[in-house]
Amino acid sequence: MTDTRDALAAIYRNEARRVLATLIRLLGGFDAAEEALHDAFAAAAEQWPQQGVPAHPYSWLVSAGRFKTVDRWRRQARLASALPELALQGGASPEPAPPEAIEDDELRLIFSCCHPTLAPDARIALTLREVGRLTTEEIARAYLTSAPTIAQRIVRAKAKIRDERIPYEVPTRAELPERLESVLQVLYLIFNEGYAACQGPELTRDDLCAEAIRLGRLLVQLLDEPEALGLLALMLLHEARRSARVDAAGDLILLEHQDRSRWDPARIHEAQGLIERALCKRSVGPYLLQAAIVAVHVEAPGHAQTDWAQIVGLYDVLRKVDPSPVVALNRAVALGMRDGPAAGLSALDALLSQGALVDYHLAHAARADLRLRLGRLEAAQESYERALELTQQPAERRFLLKRLAELAQLP
Amino acid sequence: MRYACLVYFDPKVVFNQSLESEAALREGAAYIEELRASGQLVSDGALQLPDQTMTIRVRDGKMSATDGPYLETKEILAGFLVIEARDLNEAVRIAAAIPLAKLGTVEVRPFVDFSKPRPIL
Repeated sequence: MTDTRDALAAIYRNEARRVLATLIRLLGGFDAAEEALHDAFAAAAEQWPQQGVPAHPYSWLVSAGRFKTVDRWRRQARLASALPELALQGGASPEPAPPEAIEDDELRLIFSCCHPTLAPDARIALTLREVGRLTTEEIARAYLTSAPTIAQRIVRAKAKIRDERIPYEVPTRAELPERLESVLQVLYLIFNEGYAACQGPELTRDDLCAEAIRLGRLLVQLLDEPEALGLLALMLLHEARRSARVDAAGDLILLEHQDRSRWDPARIHEAQGLIERALCKRSVGPYLLQAAIVAVHVEAPGHAQTDWAQIVGLYDVLRKVDPSPVVALNRAVALGMRDGPAAGLSALDALLSQGALVDYHLAHAARADLRLRLGRLEAAQESYERALELTQQPAERRFLLKRLAELAQLP
Repeated sequence: MRYACLVYFDPKVVFNQSLESEAALREGAAYIEELRASGQLVSDGALQLPDQTMTIRVRDGKMSATDGPYLETKEILAGFLVIEARDLNEAVRIAAAIPLAKLGTVEVRPFVDFSKPRPIL
């Protein structure tokens, strides 16, 4: 009896998403599918202790959920003596779906939840609940907001999917790059929400990083795309170094001062494998390139031994696929390591003179570092002060104030 | 999680013997049985009309009882369902299917978790 209950709990954890994904396709909507999912597991809780766990729980649950729904539609039709057609359309014996169809259903679910028609906030909430199986209350806690706010977002997103008849399908090859970008963006936003919050008191937000990685793994299992591999690798590499990037007081520790023995070798190893697998596919995108850059940093035994030439080279490629000023800024910093601070500073000054980064605190902090390395102390101080004016984030402000204090100690 | 679905309606709309309201009342009873069968219903209750209501207050140790409801409004609290749901969105889905939601309104309120600190307002 207890064994069956444990088995049922494990099957819920592993199969609920897949059963839901298929039921949405069979029943034509989220609400009907969620009701059917509940019915299916309720039937399992009732029948499995006597009959034993079926050989194919997924097929059993799908057919139980579908049967219960069709039955309910019939009863409702009789009661309201309306909609007789609807009740009949379900059919009697659902055939078990072949394995590739199950995977397609999971992808359909992911792509629907991350559909570009939905607002980014709605995509995140829907993905965490429907794909990640988090509860509304858990999502609200992680995003420091109220459960009704999240519930409303989910209700509206589902209404939009229904009203705009967003098809429940895997995008075609032609649409795939754009649609996949939206999925990857949702996962990376979830990850960053958890990652950026590491100095806060809300420990539950760590779960967002774990959840984003779990969803990234699921996506990679379902879809062997280089950018999906790249994003998962990038998240793993950040996660591997997470505990080393803040000290006990919650202050940021720069990469060059991090204790590399605190990095997680298992996650790094997994990420390296993913990057290799992705590079075989001969198409590179921004996530894969960022992961490759972080991997070069991580593979160096120490900051000074980093292969800066390779990093500059990777930034050159990244700049072609993502010509954003922040990428150019990072490239200038890497150039400052490869060719010396003067080269880095002139690249950065050229960038600042174009105007896009003048209000970005990290650009001024990087400029201050380069000026300091050139021994231009007053100019360095001026840049740190400018950076300080531009950020409100407590950990970053403490970091900049510390640098200014160190600067004042220099002869 | 346990939630209360509080059903409010205007009695003049529900007890006017129209086809629509008769159907909602009939379907409402069937829906309750359905939720009971699926294990999601903890308890339920329909309340009599406000003219059968007493409102009680104790101030400075003195009890005062008045007849009629606390607030005179068109929509009255007519009944409740206590349900067990995975999360707020599941509770909302169950509440939205209550037939009387078509005529009145349903408020979904989670039960207090006494292991959590009390709110300070």
